[in-house]
Amino acid sequence: MTVMTTIADAPLTCRGLGLRLGGRDVLQGVDLSVMPGETLGVVGPNGSGKSTLLKLLAGLRTPSSGSVRLLGEALERLPRRHIAQRLALVEQQADTLDAISVYDAVALGRTPWLSALAPFGKEDRAIIEQALADADASHLRRRLWGELSGGERQRVHIARALAQRPQVLLLDEPTNHLDIQHQLGLLRQVQALPLTTLVALHDLNQALTCDRLAVLDQGRLVALGKPEVVLTPERLLGTFGVQGHYLVDPYDGARVLRFRT
Amino acid sequence: MSRLLPLSLFALLALCLAMLAGIAIGETRVGAEAIWQVLANQLWQAGHAVDPIDAGIVWNYRLPRTLVAAACGAGLATCGVILQALLRNPLAEPYLLGLSAGASTGAVAVGLFGLGGAVLSLSLSAGAFIGALAAFALVLLLSRASGSRHDNAQVILAGIAGSQLFNALTAFLITKSATAEQARGILFWLLGNLSGVRWPSVWLAVPVALFGLAICLWQRRALDAFTFGADSAASLGVPVRRTQLLLISCAALVTAVMVSIVGAIGFVGLVIPHALRLLLGPGHSRLLPASALGGALFLIVADILSRTLIAGQVIPVGVVTALIGAPVFALILISRRGRP
Repeated sequence: MTVMTTIADAPLTCRGLGLRLGGRDVLQGVDLSVMPGETLGVVGPNGSGKSTLLKLLAGLRTPSSGSVRLLGEALERLPRRHIAQRLALVEQQADTLDAISVYDAVALGRTPWLSALAPFGKEDRAIIEQALADADASHLRRRLWGELSGGERQRVHIARALAQRPQVLLLDEPTNHLDIQHQLGLLRQVQALPLTTLVALHDLNQALTCDRLAVLDQGRLVALGKPEVVLTPERLLGTFGVQGHYLVDPYDGARVLRFRT
Repeated sequence: MSRLLPLSLFALLALCLAMLAGIAIGETRVGAEAIWQVLANQLWQAGHAVDPIDAGIVWNYRLPRTLVAAACGAGLATCGVILQALLRNPLAEPYLLGLSAGASTGAVAVGLFGLGGAVLSLSLSAGAFIGALAAFALVLLLSRASGSRHDNAQVILAGIAGSQLFNALTAFLITKSATAEQARGILFWLLGNLSGVRWPSVWLAVPVALFGLAICLWQRRALDAFTFGADSAASLGVPVRRTQLLLISCAALVTAVMVSIVGAIGFVGLVIPHALRLLLGPGHSRLLPASALGGALFLIVADILSRTLIAGQVIPVGVVTALIGAPVFALILISRRGRP
């Protein structure tokens, strides 16, 4: 981020966001603004509330407290269709038993834009082609869902989200199931897209490539900022329960995290 | 796309032929020419000289019977498509989920205690509608309470529990309040019976089946969006609660009307959508009209079989559909082996 922007320009913001389930605070008092065009990573141990945060930001769950604003409008006042035209979510484990083709699965991304007055047409086809290409899934288009590997399915989900032509993209651990080549490739592709992206990540070394990081611990936002500022050895011990220190890769000078228990 | 037109023409032709067979075949055979003359006389006063007995059989008995069979088959197959899409379960079907049992209870309750007279068939449907909704609510509550999501066998187990309960309620009502004569009639109707069908039933069944199909076609993109589950549908811009409420009410209404006319006919909503999904793929813009046509065809043929399998006797059409449907159910179960 080189351009100075203020919170008022942020495409996606939340204030005091919380969710209480069965007497337990799954998420509590989260304040967050995702800036235009940035890739904001969300990290935290298992059960720290990453997926819950994404679901609340996407409007799939109603928060117990606080509010979300999407492109300057209160999320709870926007119809689902309008939300889906602006924001797309790639969930962790969305599966189906239907023998749907990859092309048709990606075409579902056009759902929020179609109506009786705006039927599926040439422009939609072009958008789907572009989405397939952006997610490196063009060669899969005729395959059936049941024949795909976990990593291929993930790329189809991302292509479907891109076919929604959103301004904001939420990804829940998108690199799970992927082999190492596609992990690195996918993250680079996502970061290169001209979208405002919020991505929950498991791998802290992958998280280092984000523009900023948010650290969640037991449902609270405990740190927010540049990756190397946020992921200090003290934070790694306190939140993730591991000893960690940085090494410098002699190949390209990049900083790499190494962990011990 | 190019295969679509000949396929639909073929399906329509098959439907016409099946209807013709449904009118021709029975205790008294009626020739195709006689059928044509009767229809021409009735529809545009063609003035052919026809045997009045043939005319009565064709116009008052077999034509309404065949039309109602077509409407019921189409309606029940449409309901199967809705429930399978919304519950993400290939075994979901009005009969297996207890909707039909609930509708039976509602219709029997109205029939035994309710309003009589001219509004009887409508109020039977209303009772059946309330019964179907109650049964579905119970089944959903049960499957929620068992702590599972909808996309597995739990909802089918809940459906079986619901069916048993409502069947028991129906039996209780019959034993407590019906005369022996009423009881025999109700029991025969419960197994699925098209014998008593006349023109007023046609004017109820056909519009309701078409209405159900129209609602579903209007919501076809929403149904497609449920492919990856309800959360995925929501993030694709579908108002999930409202869509579920609309479509499930629609399924309950169609099931209720069909049950109130012909009793609980099972497995149509299972066999037809499943077979057509293998043939056409899961997209609802094709699956819905194809299922409606296929369901109509299936029930007309099942009705012909029910009249001809045992000479001189009518087997309840629900027995015929179950004889075909239960093995298909077993096949689907086996083909899902190893899947969640």
